[in-house]
Amino acid sequence: MERFSHDLVIVGGGAAGLRAAIAAAEESPHLDIVIISKVYPMRSHTVSAEGGLAAVLRDYDTLDLHAFDTVKGSDFLADQDAVELFTREAPKEIIQLEHWGCPWSRDPDGRIAVRAFGGMSVKRTIFAADKVGFHLLHTLFQHSLKYDNIQRLDEWFVTSLVREGQRVIGATALDLRTGTMAGLTGKAFILTTGGAGRAFQFTTNGMIKTGDGMAMAYRAGAPLKDMEFVQFHPTALPGTGILITEASRGEGGYLRNADGDRFLKSYVPGKMELGPRDLLSRAIMTEIREGRGIEGPYGPHVHLDLTHLGRKVLSERLPMVTELAEKYVGINPEEESIPVRPGVHYMMGGVHTDATGQTSLAGLYAAGETACVSINGANRLGSNSLTECLVFGARAGLAAGRYARQASEVELPTEAVQAEEARLYDDLLGRERGGRGVAEIREELQTTMEDHVGISRDAASLSEATKVLARLKGSFEKVEVADKDRVFNTELTSVLELESMLTVAEAIVHSALRRTETRGAHFRTDFPERDDENFLAHTVVTQGETGPEIEYLPVTITRWKPEARVY
Amino acid sequence: MADEIILRVTRYRPEQSPLPFHEDFAVPFRNDMMVLDALAYVKDHMDGSLAFRWSCRMGICGSCGASVEGTPRLTCSTFLHEIRKPIVRVGPLGHFPVIKDLVVDMDDFMRKLQQVMPWIIRESEKPLERGEYSQLPEQVELYRQQSLCINCMICYAGCPVYGLEPEFIGPAALALAYRYNVDTRDHGSKERLARLIGRTGLWECTYVGECSVVCPKNVDPAGAIQRLKAPGAIQAIQILLPPILRR
Repeated sequence: MERFSHDLVIVGGGAAGLRAAIAAAEESPHLDIVIISKVYPMRSHTVSAEGGLAAVLRDYDTLDLHAFDTVKGSDFLADQDAVELFTREAPKEIIQLEHWGCPWSRDPDGRIAVRAFGGMSVKRTIFAADKVGFHLLHTLFQHSLKYDNIQRLDEWFVTSLVREGQRVIGATALDLRTGTMAGLTGKAFILTTGGAGRAFQFTTNGMIKTGDGMAMAYRAGAPLKDMEFVQFHPTALPGTGILITEASRGEGGYLRNADGDRFLKSYVPGKMELGPRDLLSRAIMTEIREGRGIEGPYGPHVHLDLTHLGRKVLSERLPMVTELAEKYVGINPEEESIPVRPGVHYMMGGVHTDATGQTSLAGLYAAGETACVSINGANRLGSNSLTECLVFGARAGLAAGRYARQASEVELPTEAVQAEEARLYDDLLGRERGGRGVAEIREELQTTMEDHVGISRDAASLSEATKVLARLKGSFEKVEVADKDRVFNTELTSVLELESMLTVAEAIVHSALRRTETRGAHFRTDFPERDDENFLAHTVVTQGETGPEIEYLPVTITRWKPEARVY
Repeated sequence: MADEIILRVTRYRPEQSPLPFHEDFAVPFRNDMMVLDALAYVKDHMDGSLAFRWSCRMGICGSCGASVEGTPRLTCSTFLHEIRKPIVRVGPLGHFPVIKDLVVDMDDFMRKLQQVMPWIIRESEKPLERGEYSQLPEQVELYRQQSLCINCMICYAGCPVYGLEPEFIGPAALALAYRYNVDTRDHGSKERLARLIGRTGLWECTYVGECSVVCPKNVDPAGAIQRLKAPGAIQAIQILLPPILRR
């Protein structure tokens, strides 16, 4: 058993994790920081973000307007103090990334360019063509290589957090290369492991998005918040789920049904293709349900029409969309429409934190998609999430770094690592013959979430999902692990990921069942109206003895009283 | 094409056998199937022990490089039908030590990335309150192509020089050095070049150009390396000159 000790342990190496590490390293060159991740930083799912990140950079725009757009987009569930702080700190982060070399697209005069995005009143989305997440991630990763006090443990899977009283003091981790377990003592921890889109069948998310950080925090006793709010992105490629960026509509693309109609005129006439994602995804599903979808080999879809944008816009501003359409569906978007349908994209919910990233446990912080501050409420606006990774990644890095500097010395007890070794080696790898395989259980989880906890839900579908999940948890206890090797055992990591997804799925379903209203992305067909009287509140879910325990926290409202959300 | 193809995977399981071996898997074939889909099918339905890296399945995370029919490629972006063979051979990327099956050791590559100092180096930093450094679209264009590298290491697997001389800094890292050297915001080109003009740097490249041929993102490392050679040569000569003749 190996032992490591660091001041600050950051779990996850995407945008939020790297930004946190750099913030902590810059403030304190003597702080011993480690980024531990199940993948190399460049593989983190930030890389797949395409369209842009929002911040107020222009004279015609105001911080208040960005805040109001975000609050309205959230269906008034966002905490307005956090949103105001977010919009205030966002511009500085964009400039900071520019100083670090990020290749933002530019206007002819050399300024950082901006584009239109859904739910944003004015053009305020900064971009680097349509490979924004890729450039952001690589800029942060390359810049992080400069700091001697940022170390990395690449391809290490953190399997649990260890507490001493109400403080997190350590973690157990599996070195994928050797298959050995290690104990990681840390004065402070930050979780930046992204969301859990892979709990659903049809998702834009990469394979690694399995909710490990959320599940780890939840199991350690830190509550999750607003988990019922799962964002469906309106435009994913049928079959693969590959994301076609909202920027394609920001640049002027149209959505059309089987009749060729721009059907959004019946749903969000004031915004059309630049309406918020929850309403657009629901509109597409309505069109399909009412028979105006287009049949394809992977089920019905609608069309994203970019044919009128011209070659220059496609090649300069949407090269990735062009590449993806050509590569994966054999379509030249200059000549033909792209088939699209909604797919799971983002978790508005996450580990309950305050605006410094602090969770309910001392020494434990979270940022990015893993966390729920909340600035996104019931529906996140496109291009706010990468900015969130920067703003709250940096804040968590500073707060956790300061905590680590003043915190008392801790020592991870050996027994904690031994217990985890026993669980992985003896119980999982050591079992002679298991039951169902990991892929089979995962597939049933994904179809269950898709069918019963999708864009529309009701009491019956959610109750059914709770039953299936309980059964799947039973199956999981006996899951078969055929590969007994220690070295790079990806079947074992698939099992750990499945455990994370089952945990997160349970939190989602129970939170969704209790919220008997429709708000943002949470659409209850049996309760189709928003109910501010009873549910202008955050769902907080804690792991109890017998299952998830739910309570509600008030929403912070500073300046914008809830009103009807009309676009 | 038949509704089944044979995936012939070069496997290596150090705990089972000291030598690599081949294993055939008969996988149901769909016309829109990528090599990665076939690997995932094997893992989910036939043999859970098969080890390979993947995540984004859209050609941007750089995880899934492998040798497909002897050519280094991204498995998520390579259609099985393109290969037009009933048996498709898949193995780990060449020139790297193998950890298990298709999973190769990336340590050397990661060291080389860091070695070229891939970050903006400036004599003085402008305060953030004074805003961005202006950059015209044509100035972005100078380094845009080389900023598109996804670190998939396919160019290293394709580079015959790296195959013979593992100390060679190699295509992706040199392309990254070029990317920062021509960025108008950067002042670090001298410092960076100093790290590239040694024995294992620029001059090792014999301009075979295979890196640019196999690059899935059209980064053109070969072109970048050629363009580094002139300033590299000048800097190398200056080091030999007496100080009074150096600029």
